This record gives sequence, structure tokens and C-alpha cells, in this order.
Amino acid sequence: MSTPVSDQTASPLIFESGQDGRANRYFSRGKQLSEFLPREALREDLPIPDNSEMDVVRHFTRLSQRTFGIDVGFYPLGSCTMKYNPRVNDAMASLPALRDLHPYTPDAFAQGALRIMWELERSLCSLFGMAAFSLNPAAGAHAELAALLIAKAYFKSRGETRRDKVIVPDTAHGTNPASAAMCGFKVISLKSDKRGRVSVDELKKHLGADTAVCMMTNPNTLGLFEDHVHEITRAVHEAGGLCYYDGANANALMGNARPGDMGFDLMHLNLHKTFTIPHGGGGAGAGPLGVVKQLVDFLPTPYVRKKNDSFVLDFDVPKSIGPMRSFWSNFAHIVRALAYIYANGAEGLTKVSQLAVLNANYLRVKIREFLETPYDETCRHEFVASAQELKKATAVRALDIAKALLDRGYMAPTIYFPLIVPECLMIEPTETESKETLDAFVDALRDIVETAKRDPEQILAAPVTTVVGRLDETRAARQPDLRWYPSP
Amino acid sequence: MYTPHTERDIAQMLQAVGVDSLDALLRVPDAVKLRERLDVVPALPETEIVRRFEELARMNAGASCVSFLGAGSYRHYAPPAITALAMRGEFLTAYTPYQAEVSQGYLQAIYEWQTYICLLTGMDIANASVYDGATALAEAAIMAINANGRQKILVSRAVHPNYRAVLKTYCDGLDVAIEELPIAEDGTTDLRELARLAASKEYACVALQSPNFFGVIDTPGAAEQAASKASGTVLVAVVAEALSLGALQAPSQWGAEIVAGEAQSFGVPMAYGGPYVGFIASTKEHLRRIPGRLAGKTVDSNGKEGYVLTLQAREQHIRRERATSNICTNQAHCALIATMYLALVGKTGLRDVAAANLERTRELAEAVDAIDGCSLHFTAPHFNEIVVCVHQPAKHALAKLEQRGILGGVDLGRYYPEYANCILMAATEMTTTQDIQLLTKALHEVVHVHARV
Amino acid sequence: MAQPEGLLYSKEHEWVKIDGDRATVGITDYAQDSLGDIVYVELPKVGAQVAQFGPVGVVESVKAVSDLFTPVGGEILEVNTSLENDPSLVNREPFEGGWLFKLKLPGGSQNAGLLSASDYESFVKES
Repeated sequence: MSTPVSDQTASPLIFESGQDGRANRYFSRGKQLSEFLPREALREDLPIPDNSEMDVVRHFTRLSQRTFGIDVGFYPLGSCTMKYNPRVNDAMASLPALRDLHPYTPDAFAQGALRIMWELERSLCSLFGMAAFSLNPAAGAHAELAALLIAKAYFKSRGETRRDKVIVPDTAHGTNPASAAMCGFKVISLKSDKRGRVSVDELKKHLGADTAVCMMTNPNTLGLFEDHVHEITRAVHEAGGLCYYDGANANALMGNARPGDMGFDLMHLNLHKTFTIPHGGGGAGAGPLGVVKQLVDFLPTPYVRKKNDSFVLDFDVPKSIGPMRSFWSNFAHIVRALAYIYANGAEGLTKVSQLAVLNANYLRVKIREFLETPYDETCRHEFVASAQELKKATAVRALDIAKALLDRGYMAPTIYFPLIVPECLMIEPTETESKETLDAFVDALRDIVETAKRDPEQILAAPVTTVVGRLDETRAARQPDLRWYPSP
Repeated sequence: MYTPHTERDIAQMLQAVGVDSLDALLRVPDAVKLRERLDVVPALPETEIVRRFEELARMNAGASCVSFLGAGSYRHYAPPAITALAMRGEFLTAYTPYQAEVSQGYLQAIYEWQTYICLLTGMDIANASVYDGATALAEAAIMAINANGRQKILVSRAVHPNYRAVLKTYCDGLDVAIEELPIAEDGTTDLRELARLAASKEYACVALQSPNFFGVIDTPGAAEQAASKASGTVLVAVVAEALSLGALQAPSQWGAEIVAGEAQSFGVPMAYGGPYVGFIASTKEHLRRIPGRLAGKTVDSNGKEGYVLTLQAREQHIRRERATSNICTNQAHCALIATMYLALVGKTGLRDVAAANLERTRELAEAVDAIDGCSLHFTAPHFNEIVVCVHQPAKHALAKLEQRGILGGVDLGRYYPEYANCILMAATEMTTTQDIQLLTKALHEVVHVHARV
Repeated sequence: MAQPEGLLYSKEHEWVKIDGDRATVGITDYAQDSLGDIVYVELPKVGAQVAQFGPVGVVESVKAVSDLFTPVGGEILEVNTSLENDPSLVNREPFEGGWLFKLKLPGGSQNAGLLSASDYESFVKES
């Protein structure tokens, strides 16, 4: 990716500039702190620099120019749903009466905010077939943890404390087993079958009186629809367990199928995937947690409830697992997500999923001409390709293809996930990309593969147009340098 | 609608894929077919969306009230330069910097954030952020448990009640017990039992918040620090009002090994509770246990300096069930905002704004104390919050203030039955003399006695 | 890399050199190659009693993490402290300077669950 800023420009740290006293005048000159507090309570020094506003603006502007976002180019990062983030959503989240509202504002003075939360919750319940959603969790993984805590509390309330196993397919996202471990559950990894799906027979071998939860997603992380999902959930329920739906791939089925109808008891959504919350470099996200009727009493507090014509924050959820975070939700993101649903309505969201699936299949049939696609059937919103054959022939791996894409102005797809596909590339275009963009991407990828066969060194050296080349990750891990230190 | 497809595009693409219709791509088994009509908010053109949200915003009367609300979320000034920078599309729409070569900007910003947190707290390392202060405390407790294997936690009752509640939610999952230290008369934590409790070596950590929930500066003395250290009980500092780090002793100075805090005060909007940004910082010793992402400096094949996410083997995407935490997405954009805030205000600005907070709070305290029928409940030194006793149930007094368009503070009876007659009030650099006058006039009426001249 | 003489192997890709009632343990060349550049090794505590094939530590590389299982049970006598500053020793000298820990063995043979050099080579080829 070429950058407007010259490759030779060094990028000094903000700490390497500035002069004591080169302060901006945001505040009036303060009195001596010792006028207010005893000296022992005060800090001795404050080793952060004073920089002029212009220097700070230039610094961060330069940093932004060294950052690739959806706004810069095609970002087919599988499993992350990097779709366009509409700006009207940000404008609504920035309305002063929404942005500057304190969380302890009494309910009567926050009816707008509470109504926004309630409208989003009702919409999500209908879209995904759940009885209630908590808007509490700050991210998908946070919601997963809450869900497993709910499962734990649910079984405890029924005296079924022997249930300590969580079953997770081997294609699952790493947060699934990590969340399970944080609740003291033991994780059983289920081997996927030849078709890349969860095998009902294999599942049944592991089901029993110690089964707590089966966690999965549909479509799965290979982008394939789990066509036996209703048999899976039925089997788990027969064994007395609960079924959890990882909503990372929700973009594939809005208006088409609902986790609630598939038999899932708990689910989360990633608003920063399906519902256009900006990813912001790695967060903040928002992870609403949906449950069926029998689990509603366990939801984290507070829950937004409609009482007659007004709305309240209900802290008296009877068997709640407790709160998951300091306050009530990532509200600014709730605003964004609701604005997005308003832009679409039910029909629009149905179209979103249809076109996400069309875009993925279009790429799949074009790419399989020159790169192996291990599961050659209709995919949903994403699919996997493998560079295993290419690696055997040329030594060029998925990692090298990824780096070569950076040189051609694209963000690389997800690589090396899911773990069951060697030299994996997981490609998710999303529905906001045009046919021209997809065609150009196919051309670029084809060119890389052909170059790999003809002159692999070129690909192995990538990227060469970016501000830095491949970085020494071994050194970064062996000699961690995680911060700047002031000179003594 | 943000899909660019024309009818022709769709037709051509369907043909390339080899199907007749979109429906052919989205077949589902009968058992899971969607049969209900979906009931979501209606589709509106953008002009109507704006009108709708402006209407909803107008229903938030609280946003235009005079407010003394604090308690873990603070109204502070955010220079507009922050929004101008943070809302740049590259920052807003990037994801986790896994492809480091095209993410150098964000990675460097995270490295700078990590540095700022270390400089402010006196710690050696800090991570790329966690969801908020409450979850930071929970993660810090988990770090301590992993450090010494003990299954009990000690936490002060003066730590933010919501933080303690979240800690309990997490500890219930891990079957870890929590015990609380009581509050002393002056508003600090009663540490008389700490040495004895620590010596039992049963507690993984002891968590103290300073300034605490009541705004009181609440740090352990030398004897308590020594007792913790000698017994291997990890001292965890909780910081809910990050601005206080501009004035108060760094937690490293009073023996903290891990600092768990909330950086919302650094330019992040209050936004009815989120998104905020938590930070975790620690001494070198805990490097391997620190959860979440870390940005590290290294070089490329030409010897040029650059940044990468590092020590990823600790994280969930590699370690899976053996990860130190399940955290994936953090709060990168809010951490970026906080980093920009600190870069813009600098040491001089941070000192000035801290001084302004202290000055306005002193003005508030003196004005409120002068009202017959109101008194300051705690005597210990404090930062930008005070506890005011109104000699009647605080919730009644607050309701009467609301009728006058004033949000007087948080009813402490909500969390502490013994302080049911007390209001927690905050004053920041945004609080004006006029605000304080309005409050005192109203409070005076509410408590039905004449103010002393 | 040629396998040195006199070692036995486990299916978890560790080697053990038994010398009377003393044993030295490390990971094999195949293991270090699969893991990639090793960045950190978590070793058992000196004095700990460990059971054969039980988990005793962790080997971390840039992109992966692997549990360490001891091929023989006994008491940990010594751990290779050089690895703290130079974990790359495990990559460069998996059988020599990159040894991980030494144990004192109780009486009785533990060879039953272990593989000879040729058996281990076959095992690796099949993987």
C-alpha cells in the first residue's frame, strides 16, 4: 500500500518531542496542588511531555496515514465482517444529549436513552428468535463469558452441579474455550467431519450427564451452513445440556434463519461485525447476549424494561449472575446499531445477508480457478481457501500471499484460522463491496499465485511498498520492548 | 441501505456462481426455516433517521440539567482536536493490527498509550486496554490468583460498588471467595486488620481504590505495604478517576504491584455508561500473566524500527482454554482517544486540570457545608468528590433537587445502608460557580433551614 | 539433525537421558522445528515431585504454545536457568545446551511407555 508520507520518514514517539512549558491553554493556570492536599499525598513528578496542539495533530495525522482501515481499501478479513461503517451512525452517537448523558442520570431523565436500548433489544429479539437480550456485555467474548456464567448458575439452581463439560467444535474461535475455562468448565473439542461440519454421531459420543453447554456457530467458521443444526441442538437438549450460538457469523442469515428456531438457548452478537459499529483498531465492540424465556431471570443487571409507557433500568433481575461491567452498556454503540437497523428495516437486513452470501460465493467460484478451496460447495458469507498445494510446489505460504496482497493495496484475509485447514485463508467480502472491487481483488490474487509459480522470491520478499517490511516477531517476543522510558 | 449492487450486477454474479436466484444460495432445512414475520424498527431514509434520533435525544432531560454526578463516570473537557483526529477514517475503521506492516500507525499509538499508563502509574508494563475499570479489577485479581495460587481475594468496601459486583460475578465463575475490608470513620479503608489477614497467606491480593468511591485519598501506610509484601499478597491499586493521577502519588509509590483503572476521564464521553476504557499495568514480574494485547517495538529485515502485537501466545486465539483471559476485542479506539488527550494536555495541562478539579470541589464543599442541615461526612483529604450528609434520606433530597432541574449526585443509600442520608457529589473543571450557587440555593430550600451568612 | 545416542523418547516429542538414578529431559529437534522460534520456557520448580507423563511446564513460541509433559516421574533436581535469558538455545541445541530439567528417579524402570530412537523416528514420519 503506498502511503502519502514518504517511506523514509521516521516516526518518532510523542515522548521524543515537546518542551516543558510548551503547553496548550485548555485550562486556566491552576493553583499549587499543595494548597489543597498534604504533600505526602502528591506525586513528585509527572514525566509526560508538553506538545503544541499542532505537533500533536501532525503526529496523529501521520499515524493515521500509516493505518489501513475499511475506508482505505477492501478488507476481506474472514470472521470479522468488515463492512462499511455508515457515518450517520457516528453523527447520531455524537448528539450531545446522547453523548453527554451520565450513566447515573435518573431513569425519568434518560427516557430517550432507555427507549433506544429497548428498541434495539426488541429488534434483535425478533431478528434472532430470542426472548430477551442483555445489552450489557462489552464484546463477543464478554458475552460468551456471561452466557457460560448463566449456564453455570442455571444448572446450580437445578442441583445439577455435575455438569462441567463444554463441547466446542475444533473449528471454533479461540474465545469459546477460553471463556469456558474462565468458568471452571472443562473443554471437549469435537472433530469436524469430512464435510467440515459438526458430526451428530461424534457429538453424541461426548454427550452425557456431565454435559453443560455445546457452543457452536452457524454458518461455521468455514462459512458452511450446519444443515444438521436442529438435530445437534435436540441431542444436546436430550442430554440435559444447553446450546450456545456464537453470533460472529450472524451476517450470513438475517431474515433467512434464526438461532432461536435452530434450538439455541443462548447467543451473542458482535455489533461491531454485523451491525456496522466501527472496529476502531480493535474495539470498543459491543456484544449483546440473547436468551430464551427460561434463562431470562439469570441475565446480567441491569435489564431495560418497559413499564407502562416509560422505560426503566431494572436492577432486580431475580437470579441474575450480576453485572459484567461498571455501567449499563456500550451505549454509544447501541445508538449506532439502532441507526443501522433504522436504515434497513427487516427487508433491508434480509437483503444484507443475501448479498453478503452472493459476494462470498462469487469470489469463491472465481478464486477456486487458481487456489484450492477445500470445501467446494455453496458457502455462506465467507469461505476458506488453502495455499497448501502452492506451498508444496513453490514454498509460498498463506502468510506470503497475505503480505503480497498488502503491496497491492488490499488488507489480507484471515490466515491460519480455522486450525483444521492447512495454510488457510478465510475470505469474507461482506455485502458493501461492489462487483468491480471483487473482480479487481480476484485479479490481484491470481497475479500473486501466478507470480509465486514463476518467481516465488518476489512473493516471499513482500511487502516492499509499505512503511516497514516484515518485522522480527521473534525478537519482539524474546526481548519485549513494550514502552518508552524517560532518560534518567 | 449500503449495498452497491445493481440488478445487472446481481444477475451477472448469479450466473457466474451458477444459480438462478439468491434464494438458491440461502436454502435451509425445513426444520429451521424462518416462518414468523420479523418485527424490527421500520426502514427510514436518512433524513428521517436523523429526525428520529433528535427526537429521542430530546427525551433525555438529564443532559441539560446542572449535574454533580460522578461515581466512576466524569464530566471533563475534551479538546475538539481529539474528535478531529480520532474520527479519521483510518483510525475508525481499522481492525486489530494483525498485519503489522499496514498498521504501524495504530500499533505505535498503542505503544504510546502503554507508555502513558506506565508513566502515570509508575508501573513497568501496561496492556493495550480492557473493557473498563471494573473488568480491569477482575482481570487483576485473576493475575494475582495465577501468581500465588490462592483462592481468596480481599477488597476494600470503599472500592466502587459496581466494580466489586463485577469482581464477584467473575469470582463466582472461578469459585474464588471475596472478603471485604471495612470503612473507617474518616472515609478511608480501615486497615487495622490487614497485617493479620495478610499474614494468613490465604489471600491472593488486596485491592484498594484511591481516590476511593467517596473521593477520599485512601492508600496504605508503610507498615501495611510491608505486611502485604512479606506475605506475598499482591497489592492491587484501583483507579476510577484517572485524572487524579495528574496530582496524586503514583500507585507504585505506595507499593502497588498491579494497577487496574478506568481512563474515561481522558477525553472519553460519558455516553450513558460506555464504551469506556480500562487499563491494567503491573511490575515486570507479572508480564506473563497480563491479559489482552500488547504492542511491542522491534525491527524489520532492513533494521528499520517498527511495532507488532507481541507475546500473543498468552492470548485466546493461540492458547484457547489455557489462555490467561478470554479477551479478544479491547477498547482500542477509546484508548486512542485517551492517548490523544494526554498528548494534547501534557504535564502542564494535566496538573492545571487536576488543580481546577480540586479548586471547584473545595468551593462546592465549602458552599454545601455552610448550609444549615448539610454537613460533610468524611474528614480525610479528597480529590474531586465529597460525601454530603443531608440529615434525611438522600433519595428524597435528590428527588426534590430533580424537580428543580438539578442532578445533585448519587444516593449512597443505594449501596451503603449506613450512609442512606448521604449524597456523593462531584465537581470538575466543568463545574461553574453558577452551578454551585444553583445547587446551594436549591439544597437550602430542600433541607428547610436558613443558611448561615 | 542426527539423534544422539542413548536417548529415549516420548510421544509428546520429549527426549530423556537416563544415567542411573538421574535423568535429563529436553524436547526433540522435530518439536523445536514445529514450534518455531521459542520465546519463553516455563519450567517446573526445583524440588517438585512429578509423575510420568504429567504436565510440568510450557514452551512458548511466537505463534504457538505447547505443554511440556515429563517422560519420566521423579523429583526435579535442576532446571536450565540459561533459558530465561536465551530461550533460543532450545532451537539451536535441543539435545545439548537446550536441555530443560534434570530429575532424581525413584527405583524401578519407567521405560515401558518410552520409545527407542528408531521407534521415535517412525512415529514422527507417521505424524
